[in-house]
Amino acid sequence: MKISRDRGNVLIRFIAGITILGMSVTASEELSKWLRPEHIPAPKDNQITSERVELGTFLYFDTRLSRDGTVSCATCHNEANGWSDGLPKAVGIEGREGPRNSPTVLNTAYQIRQFWDGRAKTLEEQALGPIEADVEMDMDLDELLKRLNKIEGYKVLFEKAYPGEGITRDTLAKAIATFERTVVSTESPFDRYVKGDKNAIDANAKKGFALFTGKGHCTDCHDGFNFTDGSFHNLGLGDADEGRYGLKKRAAWFHAFKTPTLRDVTKSGPYFHDGSIKTLAEATAVCGNGGRFPNSEKVSPLIVDRGLNQEELELLVDFLKTLEGTPLNIKEPTQFPQ
Amino acid sequence: MKTIALLASTLVLAVSMHASEHVVNQKGKAFAPGTMKVKVGDKITFKNNDGFAHNAFSDNEANEFDIGMQKPGQDVTIEMKKPGTVEVECAIHPNMHMTIEVVE
Repeated sequence: MKISRDRGNVLIRFIAGITILGMSVTASEELSKWLRPEHIPAPKDNQITSERVELGTFLYFDTRLSRDGTVSCATCHNEANGWSDGLPKAVGIEGREGPRNSPTVLNTAYQIRQFWDGRAKTLEEQALGPIEADVEMDMDLDELLKRLNKIEGYKVLFEKAYPGEGITRDTLAKAIATFERTVVSTESPFDRYVKGDKNAIDANAKKGFALFTGKGHCTDCHDGFNFTDGSFHNLGLGDADEGRYGLKKRAAWFHAFKTPTLRDVTKSGPYFHDGSIKTLAEATAVCGNGGRFPNSEKVSPLIVDRGLNQEELELLVDFLKTLEGTPLNIKEPTQFPQ
Repeated sequence: MKTIALLASTLVLAVSMHASEHVVNQKGKAFAPGTMKVKVGDKITFKNNDGFAHNAFSDNEANEFDIGMQKPGQDVTIEMKKPGTVEVECAIHPNMHMTIEVVE
């Protein structure tokens, strides 16, 4: 029931509010917007503490949170697959396939909408959704709370994390959200470049970065440190999923999905909400050269043919590869609370 | 005659003061200003100064509106019809948010 030393050190740095990227940053003004924020944002009523992270880690990896005890949060969102699952569509209990690709958990702490359609505003709102979803963990929450309340080890951990609050929907959501909040990208070659190490990325990646911020118009959506501005767009993939439009019949939300982070994007394929794109080369071509229906009125006005040739698309991929950080090395607990 | 002219100009001034026009810029994926106080009947023009589309809307019951997909350079003007607090967001960029206080 102990978290690893490395993990503990990382958490101490989170809690102390010290930036992982280091304090001595020499980024130029032009590059400063790509710097990681110094703190991981967290709600006032659910600040990050080591007790909450420890509890959240157990819950995140515990298959007992699913109806038949076979699926945990980590089943569809694990580090080995870029905090996704490597599958086109999520697969829950009894092999049930969900309607969408498992979105990465990486850097969700910095996003103001959760899920592909943005239906949750906070990680606390998001955390319980997959537990209840019949194609994911299919677990009745009242039954789950009864189950957890029978496990003495969890009663102790909840009391340490949320003294006097008990094991409730609220504390369960808060604990899982806290764990998710600690799944943040680590320093990548691009981060070192931004901080002033001009040799941290090679010439092709630099050309790719220039295309990313220029001709490719990638920063119209993939902007800022997390390489997403949180915007919603219809990429015109041609599937039946109506996306954000399912929340409200607002014209701009028709087939619109959230712009994903590009941090560690090399690890989180297949790509897009339907998992229909296997490689980054295909993904850059879809986004950069007008999608499957170039210049169609049915797609976002941003998805137009930018005239990127094959060499330029490859340079963009070279750049995207520099966004890969070192592994967080979050290990699945070998023992769970009993 | 001078009195009538003075009265008329005062009336025009009063009417124009009652229904003012305001501008909200959308630039750098942000509304500017972020807060605004207006009167019932005032008009607000949303300008898109960015190089891509925006879509300001509000679901507040008193002054619900959705100006739709607004291309770069386009202006769209709406009128605030009822008092209340109006939370405005961009349907494309939920990071964009502003508040309009509408008073009698």
